[in-house]
Amino acid sequence: MSAVTTPDPQGDIVSTPSTTHADPRSGLPDAPSGVMETVGLNVYYGGFHAVHDVDLAFGRNEITALIGPSGCGKSTVLRCLNRMNDLIPAARVEGSVNYHGIDIYGPKVDPIEVRRRIGMVFQKPNPFPKSIYDNIAYGPRVIGMQVDNMDDHVERCLRQAALWDEVKDKLKESGYSLSGGQQQRLCIARTIATAPDVILMDEPCSALDPIATSAIEDLMTDLREDYTIIIVTHNMQQAARVSDRTAFFTARPDETTGNRTGLLVEYDKTSQIFENPRDQRTEDYISGRFG
Amino acid sequence: MTSRRNQIATQAARDVTLAQLDGSNRGGQWKGAVFKAVLVLCITVAIVTLVAVVLQAFFTGLPRLDMNLIRNMPSSIDRSTSGMQSAIWGTVRLMVGVAVTVVPLGVSAAIYLEEFADRTKWYVRLIELNIQNLAAVPSIVFGILGLAFIVRGPLDLGFVVYAGSLTLSLLVLPTIILTTREAIRSVPGSIREASMALGATKWKTIWKQVLPSSVPGIMTGTILALSRAIGETAPLLLVGATVFVTYNPDGFFEGAFTSLPTQIFAWATRPQEEFRILAAAGIIVLMGVLIVMNSLAIWIRNKFTRTW
Ligand SMILES: Nc1ncnc2c1ncn2[C@@H]1O[C@H](COP(=O)(O)OP(=O)(O)OP(=O)(O)O)[C@@H](O)[C@H]1O
Ligand SMILES: [Mg+2]
Repeated sequence: MSAVTTPDPQGDIVSTPSTTHADPRSGLPDAPSGVMETVGLNVYYGGFHAVHDVDLAFGRNEITALIGPSGCGKSTVLRCLNRMNDLIPAARVEGSVNYHGIDIYGPKVDPIEVRRRIGMVFQKPNPFPKSIYDNIAYGPRVIGMQVDNMDDHVERCLRQAALWDEVKDKLKESGYSLSGGQQQRLCIARTIATAPDVILMDEPCSALDPIATSAIEDLMTDLREDYTIIIVTHNMQQAARVSDRTAFFTARPDETTGNRTGLLVEYDKTSQIFENPRDQRTEDYISGRFG
Repeated sequence: MTSRRNQIATQAARDVTLAQLDGSNRGGQWKGAVFKAVLVLCITVAIVTLVAVVLQAFFTGLPRLDMNLIRNMPSSIDRSTSGMQSAIWGTVRLMVGVAVTVVPLGVSAAIYLEEFADRTKWYVRLIELNIQNLAAVPSIVFGILGLAFIVRGPLDLGFVVYAGSLTLSLLVLPTIILTTREAIRSVPGSIREASMALGATKWKTIWKQVLPSSVPGIMTGTILALSRAIGETAPLLLVGATVFVTYNPDGFFEGAFTSLPTQIFAWATRPQEEFRILAAAGIIVLMGVLIVMNSLAIWIRNKFTRTW
């Protein structure tokens, strides 16, 4: 795995995986095991170059955090990982995103199948205007998943999302009757209901209070046992608390057009990024001097 | 010393603000008053006229607002007990025909335009523009179209109920398409994204999320469209709603038919006093149906409109 080196457009190597530092999370391998990786990922919105040459590898049963200032393309990269960017007509993706070694932008790949394996939780809780039960059952039903007993399945998903005790008596009520934090956990439960392999989360706690946030963070740590999680966050403490690896992005204005194109600055174990960043820009950002 | 200066400064700022906020010397304030008076006058004229027409019809028609009106067939001999059963059944059949035709057609068109059509293509924009224009075409034009293409011409249905339904369907198709598009558009993108992110196909997302959320809007649009269709007279006269039918329509595809507004039209053109009263009674019935339909539409809209 050499995918984690990122040549800067200027030509110097800006990041290499650490091989020497011990990690607080015991057993975290130095290089991610590579469930997913992006190779030379470039994204354009029409003529606007949003993301430049991103090479990242995401490890199995790890939480990877994407951080960086607003507009640097974190959401854009995340949405490329399950082809949600296909829904934006102007978006164009170059390079490849490999999932178990298969390029999900390859000619034979069906984006629907990709999304069944790589689920997504959005920034704003977006439950369906249906009952809590149907919010969970919708995914398995709509993709024709074999479920022995839907009631049990719904319960299992809600338990996994740490929501069961709060909603077990009102499964028939609308998903909108829940609080924001509960809605977000419902959305997480809905995402794991289709048994994905990878879960993408785009600022899942940005609309939530500290208590709900901490509930979701605990949940992420639990879910790591079974899933590969990639999370975008603006909350530095959150990245430091929950993630195993952190990728720092920034936006650099193009000399000729002035467009701010996002690029990957540094990618490493979270402890490394926060305690001993290699790049000055990373250090400035995490110490609050920038962004 | 400083406090004294502060006081003066505060006082000065206050005076200036007061002078600026004072609106009494603003020129042309009377213009606003005149404008308002004109508006009030307009709305008064409109309301008074409406109430006068309704009351006039009501008091004229009241004596014949009885069971005979519904039970009996139109008759020119027994004027005092003549009814309009054939017209009521004709209208019911017409509306059923319109509903089963126009709802699937209009909703499909709206789904295509909202979800699939590429709006950068010139022909899509042309279609959109024409749908809007179609809503403003005089109804008699649809009558002529119906006569040429539905009663005769390619479809050749003859003067039957369904020919009337089809003609009225064309007339209200733009209403259904526009209201359905509005309803589809109001379903937020985040719901579609959530469904797609779970691995649902676009079609499943539309069918299971977008359409169910649009049903109240579609229903409201349908009722409003039907209430426009139910009062139409001119196009029906062209496609065969006969002014005097003494039996109920045999079916959608056979036999002569009449409708409430055509029956009212027939009575209103007769010189005899009894027919004038009958016409007024018919108007009351028609207006009652319309009020019920519109109230239903408003009720559905208020009850089910979701604030996302
Ligand atoms: N649908 C779109 N159409 C056009 N440009 C877009 C679109 N979505 C994002 N962009 C642009 O791409 C760039 C990256 O956006 P992106 O949403 O990925 O940033 P982000 O890092 O997630 O920012 P934030 O932290 O504010 O969420 C921005 O300059 C943005 O204006
Ligand atoms: Mg974002």
